Amino acid sequence: MIRTIFYALTAAATAGLVASAASAGTLDDVKKKGFIQCGVSEGLPGFSAPDTAGNWTGLDVDFCKALAAAVLGDASKVKYSPLSAKVRFTALQSGEIDLLSRNTTWTLVRDTSLGLNFAGVMFYDGQGFMVPKKLGVKSAKELKGASVCVQIGTTTELNMADFFRANKLDYKPVVFEKADETLAAYDTGRCDAFTTDASGLAAYRIKLKDPQGHLILPELISKEPLGPVVRHGDDQWLDVNRWLIYALLEAEELGVDSKNVDEQKKSANPNTKRLLGVEGDMGKNLGLDNDWAVRPIKQVGNYAEIFDRNVGPKTTLGLERGTNALWNKGGLMYSMPIR
Amino acid sequence: MAVERVAERAPARPPVWNDPRFRAIFFQALVLALVIGVGAYLVNNTLTNMEKRGIASGFGFLGTTAGFSISTTLVPYTEESTYGRAFLVGLANTLLVSVIGVFFATILGFIVGIARLSRNWLVAKLAAVYIETLRNIPLLLQIFFWYFAVLRNLPSPRQSFILFDIFYLNIRGLNTPAPVFEEGFGWVLLSAVVAVAAAVSIVRWARRRREETGRPFHTVYTSLAILFGLPTLATLLAGSPLHWEYAVLEGFNFQGGMVMSPELVALVFSLSTYTASFIGEIVRAGIMAVNRGQTEAAYAVGLSPGLTLRLVVIPQALRVIIPPLTSQYLNLTKNSSLASAIAYPDLVLVFAGTVLNQTGQAVEIIAITMAVYLTISLLISMFMNWYNRKMALVER
Repeated sequence: MIRTIFYALTAAATAGLVASAASAGTLDDVKKKGFIQCGVSEGLPGFSAPDTAGNWTGLDVDFCKALAAAVLGDASKVKYSPLSAKVRFTALQSGEIDLLSRNTTWTLVRDTSLGLNFAGVMFYDGQGFMVPKKLGVKSAKELKGASVCVQIGTTTELNMADFFRANKLDYKPVVFEKADETLAAYDTGRCDAFTTDASGLAAYRIKLKDPQGHLILPELISKEPLGPVVRHGDDQWLDVNRWLIYALLEAEELGVDSKNVDEQKKSANPNTKRLLGVEGDMGKNLGLDNDWAVRPIKQVGNYAEIFDRNVGPKTTLGLERGTNALWNKGGLMYSMPIR
Repeated sequence: MAVERVAERAPARPPVWNDPRFRAIFFQALVLALVIGVGAYLVNNTLTNMEKRGIASGFGFLGTTAGFSISTTLVPYTEESTYGRAFLVGLANTLLVSVIGVFFATILGFIVGIARLSRNWLVAKLAAVYIETLRNIPLLLQIFFWYFAVLRNLPSPRQSFILFDIFYLNIRGLNTPAPVFEEGFGWVLLSAVVAVAAAVSIVRWARRRREETGRPFHTVYTSLAILFGLPTLATLLAGSPLHWEYAVLEGFNFQGGMVMSPELVALVFSLSTYTASFIGEIVRAGIMAVNRGQTEAAYAVGLSPGLTLRLVVIPQALRVIIPPLTSQYLNLTKNSSLASAIAYPDLVLVFAGTVLNQTGQAVEIIAITMAVYLTISLLISMFMNWYNRKMALVER
């Protein structure tokens, strides 16, 4: 009995021990060990999924690469930890990963009570529903009495409850631990509908037996700003992550991309000069060098390149920029001034 | 001999650090202090680190609104209920699966165990094949097999298999009529209680009479008659205060009635068939542990094979069976946590899954969950130990 309690305590406290070892300052830790341990999903096409050669690709993965390029000078110095929705925050809290870049929604509770900080938004998403076409449903409001397959531990589970409650519809959630099992259950007809972020719906639809037989309903029932997450209390690391997002956006706004970045260094535009470290000490202020933005842009690309390569209209996901366009093109993407 | 000589030769007490009694106490105290010290350090370290990182701690979250929905609930629950209530829902679902699982595993296990000892070659070999197959395949695979390979192939609700016009079997589960109780149903319940009490006292009386006079009594038929007859009579007298609400296909799914979800079916099925294969072997071992002479003696006094099994062999075999049977019950209860793999909302899925994710309070939630499984296991152990003492050899 005493021994059992002791084991329980040990298990509970191990997380705390690991965390204390890693708390020196993630930026210094990362520089010392020479790679970034990046938490990603277990396979969400377009965001983080291994390709046919086994290399991780996707929008979230590209952010990890850009960060490695900015901090360590080489975009390939990233190690990936595939995490389920359930374990992702614990992995970050305990110091197992340096950064969580895994289609994670920014919410107040997560930002405060979990001991985390959101660095910014890489993708504005919203939750939607997918149904088999043969069901004849045209709107989410017709889903009265439906069974809905959903993955555990996501804001999706709560949004769905809110939506059905607000519209006074009854429903049955069928909650799975892994995304693949959730999808398999939907594909075999256990549920009438499948719900997740709209970008995820497009990604998962490709995996179904008959992708054409399924319809993504028009309603988006929630706001899902997705972005990288770091540990609370490590302001320097938070700053590096936050300003890297802005740098990628600023690069797109200034027309700097992976191909012309070297020429752009000679640009007369003072904004471009500051971004690329020709003028001012922006990188030094972040604890990096002044080429901090050049390397990620060169090795990974600006935001537009990252978006188009992974989820854009020419990919299998085929998503339009929409809310993810730059602020001056009708979207929400806005970089704080780099000066 | 040697011990005596040493005692004679050593009248002088050894120095205190060489005294075995002192050393034993000293080292035990040392180890205990170390264990407590390390434990306290770990707890303190965790709390300090969590506070430093601004991770919320404490059990206040149990009173906050949960906001998510759960498909199978035995206790009343809505999205507006608290996390504490969600915990109860998960606990109730775990207990439901465990109780049903233990029930079927025991029955099936006894049947298989006895069948494996049968003199009929086919029956014995079938039982052997069953046991060897099921207990050598990992349980999680069996759960996946029943859930994804078997139950997934059922038709959609609109093409349900219909049994007797009231049961509908489809991929969403088994829809059955639900009982609706009306005024006067209390009398039926009361009569059921009376019937059970009557049956128990008849069984006791019959056993005493058999022990005193040796005259047998048809307890089974009499009890059955009382158990079924009395409530039926009460129902008729109270004017049928019970009617059934039938499931009706409406929209995508059946509305009304009761549903047994395919998750529950798959879980109960795999847990009980898997555990039954172990129980079968335990039962076989228990029966084989009873001396052959006992059976022969029973035949010699003219008992039929059935009566021999029931009155001579099984009561003695139970003494061997119960302790390992207890561990199987514990295993089944703990294995029920695999439910989370197939979306059955048990304690692990609801509480250590959804609630953990929404609140992020991993340490508290995992501690509560572990404490719950520990408590359930200890309670089952206590009950089985009590039953074991009751069945133990009473010397007359």
